[in-house]
Formats: sequence, C-alpha cells, structure tokens
Amino acid sequence: MKIAVCVKQVPDTWAEKALSPDDSTLDRAAADGVLNELDEYAVEEALQIAEAHGGEVTVVSMGPERAAETVRKALSMGADAGIHIVDDALHGSDAIATSAVLSAALEGKGFDLIVFGSESTDARMSVVPAMVAERLGIAQVTFAQRVTVSGSDVTIERVTDYGFDTVSAAMPAVVSVVEKINEPRYPSFKGIMAAKKKPVETLSIVDLGLEAATVGQAAAWSAVEDFAARPPKPAGTIVADEGDGGSRIATYLTEQKFI
Amino acid sequence: MSTVLVLAERDASSGVVKKTTWELLTLARRLGEPAAVWFGDGAADAAATLGEYGATAVYAAEGADMSDHPVVPIVDVLAALVTEVDPAAVLVPSSADGKEAAGRLAVRIGSGVITDAVDIDASGVATQSVFGGSTVVHSKVTRGVPIYTVRPNSVAPESAPTTCDVKNVETSISDVAKTARVVERTVAAKGGRPELTEAAVVVSGGRGVGGADGFEVIEKLADSLGAAVGASRAATDAGWYPHQYQVGQTGKTVSPQLYIANGISGAIQHRAGMQTSKVVVVVNKDSEAPLFELADFGVVGDLFEVVPQLTDEIQSRSN
Repeated sequence: MKIAVCVKQVPDTWAEKALSPDDSTLDRAAADGVLNELDEYAVEEALQIAEAHGGEVTVVSMGPERAAETVRKALSMGADAGIHIVDDALHGSDAIATSAVLSAALEGKGFDLIVFGSESTDARMSVVPAMVAERLGIAQVTFAQRVTVSGSDVTIERVTDYGFDTVSAAMPAVVSVVEKINEPRYPSFKGIMAAKKKPVETLSIVDLGLEAATVGQAAAWSAVEDFAARPPKPAGTIVADEGDGGSRIATYLTEQKFI
Repeated sequence: MSTVLVLAERDASSGVVKKTTWELLTLARRLGEPAAVWFGDGAADAAATLGEYGATAVYAAEGADMSDHPVVPIVDVLAALVTEVDPAAVLVPSSADGKEAAGRLAVRIGSGVITDAVDIDASGVATQSVFGGSTVVHSKVTRGVPIYTVRPNSVAPESAPTTCDVKNVETSISDVAKTARVVERTVAAKGGRPELTEAAVVVSGGRGVGGADGFEVIEKLADSLGAAVGASRAATDAGWYPHQYQVGQTGKTVSPQLYIANGISGAIQHRAGMQTSKVVVVVNKDSEAPLFELADFGVVGDLFEVVPQLTDEIQSRSN
C-alpha cells in the first residue's frame, strides 16, 4: 500500500501570530516553525495503517527552505521518504494554488491513500484536502475520527455537528483526520538518526510542470485589502468574591438582558 | 438585481431551517436577491421560513443521491446553479460540509473563496477574524463568482418577508460524488443542549473545575441559561469532558453573545477559540489569570461557590 501524508510547517501553536505589514502574508519568521499539530495525527494515522497493512509512507510538504525540518520531523516519526516542494514563486499562494501544487506532486504516483490533518493551525480553512480530492477526481473521506482499511476500501467516521457519519469509499481516497484520532508518537533517538538518511526529493514548480504565474500571491483568487490588530477590549469590571460573586454576575447578566 | 445563492442548513434532528441560514440570508440581501438551496425533502415547508428572511426562491435538490454521498452533491448542484443563474455570490455556512463544498466549488468553477467571514459589506468585502481573533482582516475575491463561508452568530438575523417559490433542481450528481457513500448516521445524545459553535450562550470549564465530577456545576449553569457547554484543552486532555467540546485553537471556534469561562486561565490556545465572543464573563480564583483581560465582568473566587450561586439566582430571576 502506498500512503502519502501531506504536512505543513506552521508557526508554533502557542506563539502570537501576525501578518507582515509588507505584503499581508503570515509573518513566518516571527515564530518558530513546527509541524502543524493536526498533521501529527495524520502522520501517526498513516504510520499505523502502513504498519497494519504493509506499505510505505511518503511525506509531502510545500513550504519554504526551513519546512525541510518539518519533513524530517515526520520522517523521524517513521515515514519512509519525503517530497519537499520549495520555490520562491510559491510565496503567498492561496488554498487554490496550494491544492494545485500538492495535486501535481501527488498525481500519477499510485498513492492509495492521501492523508491530511483536518486543518492547519495558522490559516484554519479546512479546504485543501477537499480541493485536492476535487482536482484528482478521487473519493473524499474527511474529518475522520476513526479510519479503517479493509481490502480495497477505506471506511471512516466523519465527525458531524450531531455525532458522526460512517463513510465508505474505494481507494484511492483523500482522508483528513481530526485531533485526538490517535496519540502521535514521539520520534525516538533511533528514529531521528534514521531520518537523516531517508530520501527527500526537493521539487520546484517547474519540476511539477506548473507555471510560476499560476501560483504565489499575485495569482491568488482573493486578496487582502487591509488588516489591523483587534483593538484591545476596554477593561471590564473585576470583583473579588465576598460571598456574593454569583449574585453579582446575575445582576450584571440582568443588566445586559441575558436573564 | 442579481441572485445570491445561499446554502440552507437544516437541524439534523428536527429538520427545520437553522438559525445560521437566517443569518446567511440577512447578509445575502446586502449583495443581491437571496435564493436558498435546499437538500433533501421538506423544501415546501422550509420555503415559509426562508421567505421570512428574504429568500425569493428555494432550489430543492431532493432524492437519495443527494444525501447518500458527502459534500460533493452540494458542489454538483451549486456548480450547476452558478451556470444557470449567474449569481453575484455564493454563501455557505462555515460548517465542515460547508467549507469543503466551498473549497471544491471554488476549484471547479474557477472562483476565489473566503472562509469564516464574520461580515460581508455591499461591495463584497469580507471581514475575517484571524489568529484567534487577534487580527481583523478585510479581503475580497478577485476572480470568478465570490464564494464565502460565514461563521455562525456573525450577524443578527433580520426578517424581510417575501414570497419564496420552490424550484426543483434537475441536476444529477457526478460520478466522483458517488465514490464515497454514507453508510450510517450516528446521532450522539446531546442532552438537549444547543450545538456548541452555534449557541448564543456558552458556559465552559477548565483546569479549575478539577475533575469530571466538577463539570456538573458547569452543566447546571449552562442548562439554566439554555447554553452549550464548552471546555478548555486542559480539561479535555485530562479526560474530564469529551474532546468534541473543546474550545480553542485546535478545537471549536465559538462566537456567542455570552461566554462564561470558569476555572480557565486563558492561554492563547483557549483565547483563540472564543476571543470574538460578544460578552465575556470570567470566574477564576487566580486574579492573575490572563483571561480576565478579556472579561467584561469577572469574579475572583472559587467557582464551586460562585457558579452554584449564579445558577440559583438565574433560576429564581427567570421564574
């Protein structure tokens, strides 16, 4: 079985994030880059499927030079090989272009499953897995809280507002997984050492057969007009509980017409 | 006036039009004449409510094919309608289905997409609240028919009654839609509380709740207000409350009229999920808790004393 897992390097989950005043893109230099937390679940799920059914896991990432660290992180968890798409022309790409680039890298390689985290913690759009499925014309089984592979089929539990839907598809398929589907493993020392020797293919836009003019900020199909930091909230009323804390909140809520 | 297509949502259990749809119709009226798109049966019943909020038509996509396959039938129908009515914009809710349908539709029809809009003005400029609400961004689609996904509770629904005609959609779904099939739907018991991301009031608990048992006081307060229950990551990671109720960067984003945080210190992980709540009330015994910075009203005290007293007061004042 051939499994691809698409990962993104994002600013540290716990860091304050900001847009760059120069071009309104995410200021990636301002914080440490880490493997998107939700992608850790995707890597773990891909590894578990490969361990249970046999097969090979390839990590695919689009991102600047330093995203190579993120590919290595996934390799140190146990993935077998990496593809890193890096090109200055990609800076500022929207989800549309990102999905085109990933699809070009994935297409024709015979992947049975293409696994994603359900969203990135920076852009939080949750659209790229669906866009890749649309471009590749293959099944979409996303927002999975459980993934089961049986024969040539993949069955998932898709998280819904009301519970979950059990969704089944014949492979190849695009899968996205939600937080807590599993417990992502920590890279072992042995895994970290082994990752250094694993093959990582570095590809440019030209290597993928795409034109630079179709990606990057200038080619985006939406544009930021302006942005600003949310003005700080005026200080509220903070009181110490003197046995009447609950009543005082009730009075406040009555004034605000919530009661 | 140009048509604006609005993907209507139904409540999974009652089948009625959701409040999020009223919100989308309210925003759509700024851009043109709203027409709703309805999946499954019951379009004629829904038309009355949809018309109440200004939809002049409802496109009804009925039949098993539409509900047996996830997401893609929505894309097939919306894409066909975009060709048929040449709309000024397409608005869909920021649900999992909505966002994925919007993304696929954008690729299919060659249009830009903006997700999680909290406002849209008459010129089509969308407001987004990003990075956990710390930054407000205005952006615009620059190619094709603008597609927006809109967060729940972004706008107060305003009624604008009109006659809503039911029009049947003849589109058949694509082969790619049939590649995935819904085998079974499982409805989790919710105890009658509203959906977390759509609730007008959210009551949440964190590390200070101390354990699974402690959530009983949180739930009682929530029920006195007809609120949804949320939890911080510290509480869900500890297994005190189910993971799907986690509010935060890696969990749900909520934007209710009222958010009551109990025993939550307010790390960025949590603030990112609730920062845009309209009114924030904080109860924490640590006066240094960062969440007090976001509080409109805060009480420094033991939540196990403050919260039950509040619940009692609400019950007696409501009676």
